[in-house]
Amino acid sequence: MTTTAATRPTFSVDLWWIPRAIVLGLLAFAIFGPLANLVLWTVTERWYFPHALPLEYGVSYWGRVFSPRGTAMESLTNSVVVAFLTVALAMALAVPAGYALARLKLPWRALIMLAFLIPQAFPNLPVYVNIARLFYQFGLNGTVAGVVLVHVTHGLVYAVWIATAAFSAIDRELEDAARSIGASPLRTFRDVTLPLAAPGLLASAIFVFLESLDEFTGSYFVGAPDVNTMPLLLYTASSGGNYQIASITAVLLLIPSVGFMLVVERFLKSDVLSKVGH
Amino acid sequence: MSVEEFLRVDDVVVGYGSSDILKSLSLSIRKGEFVALLGSSGCGKTTLLRAIAGFARPKSGAIHVNGKDVTLLPPDKRGMALVFQSYALWPHMTVAQNIGYGLKLRGMARADITRRVEELQDLLGLAGLGQRKPGALSGGQRQRVALGRALAIDPEILLLDEPLSNLDARIRLKVRHDISALQKRLGITAVHVTHDREEAMVMADRIVIMENGNIAQQGAPEEVFNRPASPFVAAFMGAENMIQLRGTVGGGHVKIDSSATNREAVLPLDGRALSDGVYEARFRAEGAHLLVNDGAADAADAGLDLVGHVEAASYPGGTWRHSVRVGDEILLVDSPQPVAQGEAVRVRIPAKNLFLFNLGGSFSRPRQSSLNEGGAARVLEASHA
Repeated sequence: MTTTAATRPTFSVDLWWIPRAIVLGLLAFAIFGPLANLVLWTVTERWYFPHALPLEYGVSYWGRVFSPRGTAMESLTNSVVVAFLTVALAMALAVPAGYALARLKLPWRALIMLAFLIPQAFPNLPVYVNIARLFYQFGLNGTVAGVVLVHVTHGLVYAVWIATAAFSAIDRELEDAARSIGASPLRTFRDVTLPLAAPGLLASAIFVFLESLDEFTGSYFVGAPDVNTMPLLLYTASSGGNYQIASITAVLLLIPSVGFMLVVERFLKSDVLSKVGH
Repeated sequence: MSVEEFLRVDDVVVGYGSSDILKSLSLSIRKGEFVALLGSSGCGKTTLLRAIAGFARPKSGAIHVNGKDVTLLPPDKRGMALVFQSYALWPHMTVAQNIGYGLKLRGMARADITRRVEELQDLLGLAGLGQRKPGALSGGQRQRVALGRALAIDPEILLLDEPLSNLDARIRLKVRHDISALQKRLGITAVHVTHDREEAMVMADRIVIMENGNIAQQGAPEEVFNRPASPFVAAFMGAENMIQLRGTVGGGHVKIDSSATNREAVLPLDGRALSDGVYEARFRAEGAHLLVNDGAADAADAGLDLVGHVEAASYPGGTWRHSVRVGDEILLVDSPQPVAQGEAVRVRIPAKNLFLFNLGGSFSRPRQSSLNEGGAARVLEASHA
């Protein structure tokens, strides 16, 4: 591919850059095109076919979304409350489970790790329809607790896998060193294990948080119409043709995702990542 | 049980699954003693240390400290401190926090901890490094932080798991002396695991040589060095040169028969437990003299003379090291003067430098036996073809 460049060193324009630039450009457009459209919609007052750009710009829909009587504020609150509760419950399960899976020589370890994948392995819809039917019997349908439970089963695989990896990455001798100079097992866990695993655990908590924030199917079957979350609002707004409300909701969902992803990228070190799923 | 006995290991068996790493091992250590567990990798020395520390639970047997049974106590209740080969410093704590952690656990007041940590930092040459994280220290400094963390709690027993093996050779020599001087000064009982013979010799009051989960020999460094109890110990203590001899015992002497490779010699028995038969003889390169073979016979009791010729010479420093072919064996012998390659020489081993061990009965001269076997094999092959 560099033969032309090699034979004519003075005019070394690599022609291969033309197809490459086209592919990269298309890729960028595929990723950022819809996003740009989304952002445009959030500041649009009037925009209809066949106009390429909005006819009128404004932020009146933001006011409507954030008005005290608007359903958006309620959905946002619901989403955040559900996400925090989901993180709390998932981490309460994942920290001991991850530590046990990382440290104890469990014979069924691989199988247990795989079991956490099961909620993801089956098609979502039939599973959630059945869960909804079951929850209805227990009176959990349409409650925050019900939605949280669904989100936890969904997010636990990330929480447990990443927590296991975070604990596995800690050299056992660091714990032994604390034990040898007089620390009890619990004290060792608090003073040595937990601080060292904290970045990995934080990353897994963020994953669970984002999963909960974005989760739609389970929330729809178990939560709607009593517990409205942001994705449900997005769904009703966009199916009702209200693109401004839908876009503003989408941007609100996007902000924590992007922000947290940057945090995760910083905290998840290769020594932890290399152990995920092992 | 002697009054001084402080740490006692009784018939301890440690193993995973069906294989035992420690096979009914017993050991007794006095208060203030520095004991080195010496052995090659896989001999069980680290397992023994971890059993003493409480990280490896014995299948059977007991461990007593000061008369108290600690066999089933968890590591944190044993009043010991272990210094790890990897140092195992906590990366999220500063040097001062690492050293002071054991004191914090004991509920010591913060001001007292600070004072004690500073004392230890001064003692270990870590002054001014208290606020650094372990990641910002050199290997030698990390090693000293690990030592300081263990010493901070005034342990009754200090356990050292190859703490010098990750250090540069030059620092290692200095730290050896630092640790043993510190141990003497503080009067701590110490158990030190190492595979480095010289390190064990220099640091320890007593050396325990381990082989396959058992104690092969134990004693003061000079005793183990000069009177090895078995061929394994002799080899481990540097007597790598090995030849086989035949002889008879009588009147407090052992008479070595002459052969193609050695002259007749009469050596004082000097406490060696030998019987008539075949011996495995071992000696160190520096324990023998190299004499240019002039044919003159000296008095037979001067030592054992082997005859051979020089194959190669090298200069590792101090003396010349020659590889000498004696019969089928290549032996290493030191000499102050270089001897030319191919020159016929005598290797003289003074009686006190020659370690003799009885070999099992079925033995013939190595050269003859190998030739005969080879011949027999060839005959067999021929008959098959």
